[in-house]
Amino acid sequence: MLRRVTQRWRRSIQVRVVSSTLVVSAIVVALLGFVVLQQVKSGLIQAKLRSSVAEEQLGITNARTQLSSATGTPDVQALLQEVVQNLSPVQGGSEGGYEVVGYELVTGTDSRTQPALNPGLLKESVPQKLTDAVTAGNSQYYYTYTKLLYDTGATSPAGPKIVSHRGLAIGSSMQVPENSFNTYQFYYLFSLQQQEQTLALVWRTLLFSGVALVVLLAGIAWLVTRQVVTPVRMAARIAERLADGRLQERMKPKGEDDLARLAASFNKMAESLQRQIRRLEELSRIQRRFVSDVSHELRTPLTTVRMAADVLHDARADFDPASARSAELLQTQLDRFESLLGDLLEISRHDAGAASLEADAVDVRDLVRRVVDATEPLAARRGSVVTLHMPDEPCICEADGRRVERILRNLLVNAAEHGEGGAIVVLVVADDDVVAIAVRDHGIGLRPGESSLVFNRFWRADPARARTTGGTGLGLSIASEDARLHGGRLQAWGERGKGSQFLLTLPRLAGSVVMRSPIPVEPADASREESAEVGGGAPTVTRPAAAEPGGIVTLKARARRDQ
Amino acid sequence: MKGRVLVVDDDTALAEMLGIVLRGEGIEPFFVFDGDKALAAFRETKPDLVLLDLMLPGTDGIDVCRQIRAESGVPIVMLTAKSDTVDIVVGLESGADDYVVKPFKPKELVARLRARLRRTDEPTAESITIGDLTIDVAGHAVSRDGGQIALTPLEFDLLVALAKKPRHVFSREVLLEQVWGYRHAADTRLVNVHVQRLRSKVELDPESPEIVVTVRGVGYKAGPA
Repeated sequence: MLRRVTQRWRRSIQVRVVSSTLVVSAIVVALLGFVVLQQVKSGLIQAKLRSSVAEEQLGITNARTQLSSATGTPDVQALLQEVVQNLSPVQGGSEGGYEVVGYELVTGTDSRTQPALNPGLLKESVPQKLTDAVTAGNSQYYYTYTKLLYDTGATSPAGPKIVSHRGLAIGSSMQVPENSFNTYQFYYLFSLQQQEQTLALVWRTLLFSGVALVVLLAGIAWLVTRQVVTPVRMAARIAERLADGRLQERMKPKGEDDLARLAASFNKMAESLQRQIRRLEELSRIQRRFVSDVSHELRTPLTTVRMAADVLHDARADFDPASARSAELLQTQLDRFESLLGDLLEISRHDAGAASLEADAVDVRDLVRRVVDATEPLAARRGSVVTLHMPDEPCICEADGRRVERILRNLLVNAAEHGEGGAIVVLVVADDDVVAIAVRDHGIGLRPGESSLVFNRFWRADPARARTTGGTGLGLSIASEDARLHGGRLQAWGERGKGSQFLLTLPRLAGSVVMRSPIPVEPADASREESAEVGGGAPTVTRPAAAEPGGIVTLKARARRDQ
Repeated sequence: MKGRVLVVDDDTALAEMLGIVLRGEGIEPFFVFDGDKALAAFRETKPDLVLLDLMLPGTDGIDVCRQIRAESGVPIVMLTAKSDTVDIVVGLESGADDYVVKPFKPKELVARLRARLRRTDEPTAESITIGDLTIDVAGHAVSRDGGQIALTPLEFDLLVALAKKPRHVFSREVLLEQVWGYRHAADTRLVNVHVQRLRSKVELDPESPEIVVTVRGVGYKAGPA
C-alpha cells in the first residue's frame, strides 16, 4: 500500500503537484485563519470591555446616588440588596446581560449580596485577586476575566452540579459620606457567552471556507496539471509507439503555447528519427543487395573453377607427380575457399540483419542425432568416442533446423578437432521453456579469459597450431549469431587441460528469449575432477564458468518469424 | 541411362564446363544462353530435364520456369547463386523440382540430375485411394470424382510416396530421400514448398488440409488425422 503510494508519487507529476498544493495551501489557510480568529477575538473582547465598563460606571453612579439618599441607619444588607436589585438589568442575566454583586466592606465580615437575577451564581465567580485589587487600590474600576459559576440546583453524585462560562468581572468600591462613610463594593459580572458564540461561529465559518478553499485549490491544481500533463503523457505514449517501430506516429499540436511547441519539436524529432532509420534501412538494403550481388558474381566463376578442378582431380592418375599434387592442392584449397566464402556471406548477412529465421517445430533430438552421426567418423579418426545423453520424450522446439544443425555441427567438429582423442559427451536437457544442448570435450580446453574470445571472428586458440585443423575461424561467430537469431544463447566454458564445454540453449517457442539454462555452463564433472586433483596440495581456483559478459551470448531476441 | 538435358545459362564458361561434366556422365546436353529463347529451345529439343540458371538476361529464370511448367511437367532443376530462403522458395514455387546452390561439386549436381531423370522405375500397376482422391500409379493420373487433377511428376511422386503408406508419418528427411533421392543434405524447404504446391492442387481447402496432413515436430502423412 505504502509502496503503491510512493510509486504513484514518484511516477505522476499530477499526484505530486496536487498533493503539494494541498499541503501548502492547507498550511497557509490555517495560518491565515488563526490570525483572523485572533483579530476577531480581540476586537470582540475590546468592544465588550468598553461597553461593560460604561455600563458599570453608570451603575456605580446610580448606586452612589441611591446609597447617599438612604437616611438613618437602615439595614445595610437590605439596602445593598435593593441597590443591586435596581442596578441589575431588567430582563435575564444570561446572554449579553450581567450580574451585579454588592458588598459592604466591613473588615472580617462577608456581607456579599446575592445577585438579583440569578440566585445560583456562586460567590467564587468574583475572583479573590479582583477583590483584593478593588479593596487595596483607588482606581475607578478594576476588571479581570473570570469564570461565571452557577449552581444549577440539580445534584449529581459528585456534588452540586456547576455550570461555568467565560465572563468579565468589573469591580469598583465607593465610600458614601452621607452613609457613615461605609465602603461599598460592587462587582459587575458580564457573561461573554455571546462573544464566545460569535467566535465559534467565526471559527466554524473560517474552518469550512478554509477547507473548501484548500479543496478548491487542489482541484484547480489538478485541472491545471491535467492540462499540462495530458499532452506530456500523450507525448510519452507516442514516444513509446515510436520506440516500438511505428515511425509514422505523430503528436497533434494544438494552439501556439509551450505544449504546442513541445508537440512540434517532438514531431520534428520523430521526423528526424524516421529519416535516420529510413537511411539506415536503405544502407542495410544496399549492403544486402551488394552481398547478394557479390555472392552471385563470385559464385558463378567459382562453380566453373570448382568443376574444372574436379575434372582435373579425377584425372590426376594420368598426370606427372607435380601436376597431380597441384590438382589435389587445387581441390583442397577450393574447398577451403568455398567454406570461407560461404561463412563470410553468412556473417555479412547477419551483420546486415538480413538473416531470417525459418522457425518450424522440430525435435531437437533428431537434429542432434543426425549431426552426431555425421561427425562421428571425424571424431573416430581423432580417437574420440561420442556419447549421447538425451531424454526419451521428444524435445519439440520452434527452431530453424538448418541453423541449429549448423551450430551443432560446428560444436561437434570443434570438439572432435580439439578433443585430443578424449571422450566427447553430448547432453540434451529440455524443460518447459527451453532446450539445452551441451557439447563437452576433454581436450586441451581453454586458457583463462579465452571463453569470451572464442566467439570472436577469426580468433584462434593457438595461431601456430590452428593451421593444421580446418575451419575458417568464423564458425563459432556464426553459431553465436544463429543462436541469437533464435533468441537463444551460446556459452563457452573451458579450462586448460580439462577440456571445454559449449552450451546452446534455445527457447521452445519462437519469439521468446532464453533467460536461463537447465544445464550449467561449467560441467558437473569439472569440479569433481578438481577436488580429486586437489588432494593435499594447494587448492587451484576454478575459473568462473561463464565467460565475461561479452563472451556469453546473452542477446535479446530479434527473432523474426518470416512465416 | 541416357538423358537429354537442356542447360539454360548465360555464363558460357560455366555452360561449357557443365557440358564437359554431363557428357562425361553420358548425358546429352543442349544449350541456350538467353532466357527469351529458352522456351523455343525447350519445345525444339524436348529434353528429359531442364537445368536452369535463375539469373538470366532477358526473361529471368523464374519466368522461364513458369513458362516451361505451364506446358510440361518435365523435371526442372534450378542453379542459383542465392541461398537465401526467399530466393529458393520463389524458385521452387515457380515450379522447379529441385535446386543446386553454386558453387556445387559436379558429383552432387549429377546425383541430383540422375535422381530426377530416374523417376519411379518400377511402376506398380495399382490404384490407391486416399480421401476422395483416386491415384492411378501406373497411369500417372490423379482424379477426384472422375475429374483429373494435373500434377507434375514430382508432385505425383510425393503424393504416391505418402499415399502408399497411409497414416504412416514421414519425416521431411525421409521424404527427401524417397522422392528427391537425397542421402544426407537435408533441406526441408524443398519438402515444405512442394507439400504446399501439392496441397494447392489436391486439397479442397489448402488452409485446412485433409489429404496431406502436417504432424507437428515430425513431418507429414497422408490421410485424415
